[in-house]
Amino acid sequence: MTTSQANNPLGPGYEGVAGSEMRFRDIFRDTLRAEMNRDEDVFLMGEDISGGFDKDTKEPLDAWGGPFAATKGLVQEFGVERIRDTPISEAGFVGAAVGSALTGMRPVVDLMYFDFVTVAFDQLLSNAAKSRYMFGGQTKVPLTLFARSGAGTGHAAQHSESFYSMLAHIPGLKVVVPSDPYSVKGLLAAAIRDDDPVFLVNDKKLINLTGFVPDEEYVIELGKGRYMRRGTDVTLVGMSYTSVVCQKAAEQLAESGIDAEVIDMMSLSPFDEDILIESVAKTNNVVIVDEDTPRASMSSEFAAVIADKGFDHLDSPVKRVTSPHSPVPYNSALEQAFMPQPEDIVKTVRGMLGRD
Amino acid sequence: MDISKEKLEWIYTTMYRIRRFEETMLEQTLKGNSMGVAHTSDGQEAPPTGICAHLTDKDWIGSTHRGHGHCISKGLDTSAMMAEVFGKSTGQCGGKGGSMHISDFSKGMLGANGIVGASIPLAVGAALTAKLKGIENESVGVSFFGDGASSQGVLHESMNLASVWKLPVIFACENNGYAEATPSWYAVSTEDVSARAEGYGMPGVVVDGMDVFAVYDAAGEAIARARAGEGPSFLELKTYRYHGHFHADDTSKYRKPEEEEYYKSLDAIKHFERTVSKQKLMTEKKLKSIRDSVEQEMLDAVEFALSSPMPEISTLYDDVYVNYSNPIAGLR
Ligand SMILES: Cc1ncc(C[n+]2csc(CCOP(=O)(O)OP(=O)(O)O)c2C)c(N)n1
Ligand SMILES: [Mg+2]
Repeated sequence: MTTSQANNPLGPGYEGVAGSEMRFRDIFRDTLRAEMNRDEDVFLMGEDISGGFDKDTKEPLDAWGGPFAATKGLVQEFGVERIRDTPISEAGFVGAAVGSALTGMRPVVDLMYFDFVTVAFDQLLSNAAKSRYMFGGQTKVPLTLFARSGAGTGHAAQHSESFYSMLAHIPGLKVVVPSDPYSVKGLLAAAIRDDDPVFLVNDKKLINLTGFVPDEEYVIELGKGRYMRRGTDVTLVGMSYTSVVCQKAAEQLAESGIDAEVIDMMSLSPFDEDILIESVAKTNNVVIVDEDTPRASMSSEFAAVIADKGFDHLDSPVKRVTSPHSPVPYNSALEQAFMPQPEDIVKTVRGMLGRD
Repeated sequence: MDISKEKLEWIYTTMYRIRRFEETMLEQTLKGNSMGVAHTSDGQEAPPTGICAHLTDKDWIGSTHRGHGHCISKGLDTSAMMAEVFGKSTGQCGGKGGSMHISDFSKGMLGANGIVGASIPLAVGAALTAKLKGIENESVGVSFFGDGASSQGVLHESMNLASVWKLPVIFACENNGYAEATPSWYAVSTEDVSARAEGYGMPGVVVDGMDVFAVYDAAGEAIARARAGEGPSFLELKTYRYHGHFHADDTSKYRKPEEEEYYKSLDAIKHFERTVSKQKLMTEKKLKSIRDSVEQEMLDAVEFALSSPMPEISTLYDDVYVNYSNPIAGLR
């Protein structure tokens, strides 16, 4: 399968491709392993990525195997130098990863919950993203970071954010958001092989989902979106977990005879302007769905591009379904109300098509 | 012993309340009555109790993800705490914060905090307020944090600030030996975290955090120093958490049973009981009546939390700001 085919799967079960149904978390780990085998400059840092050491022997216990057991077993294969547990010092070890990337290594950093990126933000913004530019192209920063975003698990305001828009805002940084096992395999491999700093944001709600994954090695080109479902009446634009939400909404819409197309953006910076315009040219209606808060967000960015380059195709104003402009609440009913639901999308589509 | 009878009773009540709150809350969480993630602090009763025994509602504390013991020591109501863990409208934060964000500003409690290290400078700020208002003698800031948090840059910045500004701050490091599964010997470059204190020009001591009397004495000195305008101090309280890092964590994967048994043999509550009976300071009858009333309090707290209503969905949009002219509700 070539990269371009990989970029254009119509959902799972593409005919004739060898592969299997896998859990998101398992293919994530398998991909890390494959990339570490492929390139010995790749190494991993983070808190409890093996987790725990025997007091007497000083050997790693792999008790946690990383947050959500994302890296379980890797320390046995690669050892403590390449699977490097860190103290709780995000500013320090992200900065050290940047320094190591500037001097020839390809560090991969697990930041655990996405919210903790703020502790290391200066290193990302001022050093990782700007070094190449301000030093006149002398250097590059082949750094990969990943962390878990998203509400819906009772983790409350400081462990549930989806503000990847803050990262996409930074020139010099790339941002990708897988939405299923297939996309995380291709995006993680592409991120690690890329010579620029790439942040992979992975919604917690995806971790235990399963999906079809081709056996063969592939990368997904950064900056490309894909169609998850073809349709003619309205385009639903999803990213990260909202791509799953959009597919559910499309199924509900189909029951009442509305034929929705679903785009999964996969990359947020760079992002696929062409697929947005191509789809809107066909459906003439678009709803952008994002769990990130709406001000100065990816949803506003996509809306601006569609208004600019796709205005003549539009039969109705661009609509957005997002979380409110608020932090994430703890109570589960409030949390569900915070997150975009398929019903919210259905209601918005019906309103825009005059089918209330 | 230089502790009043009332204070001794308060200490026992507080430690037993923390123990039983954590056990009850964990049981309720595993039953599915809590709405989210919960970290327990049973085993670590002595540090917050022995420190907060010297504080009033005018003093401020900053807390952590493992904050229930700090809240209880600062006098928060256990029913409102339980209701918060259950996500109810009657909870300490109306169900918006949960276990990791319980706070009560009327009691001088600056909030539990989910970002490791993030609450440390808040206690420094509270102490700065006291200094600016000239009330250091009645309003100090105590920052509780773990051995893991001691690796955050913000602790080091906060210690230096408190020292150069001579603020009434107590840095209270609860060293329970682990940050998640990571042992402190792996993550901390010195034998004792308190060794950091010297570098920032403040006294630092190691205290037996399983002995509430030792904590009480050391905290008394540090707080007196702060109230006298002599600046910050650092206390490292060696302690142990009995349960996992969070409600679903299995400690057997990274802690040895002998180690767990050893610390249970040092149990802070049992140590208190032995000491007061040996020195004839409290009768077993009195101790039992305190335990009985705490048991009843826990039954009441669970009942209150279970029977309380859920928050109205509209509260989702409340309190993002004091004032804001655009709608918060979003774009649906
Ligand atoms: C900035 C940040 N990094 C990582 C975490 C995840 N985390 C939560 S608690 C914890 C361990 C904290 O250890 P310690 O400070 O010793 O406190 P303890 O849990 O032992 O009470 C970690 C790594 C976090 N919440 N915030
Ligand atoms: Mg600890």
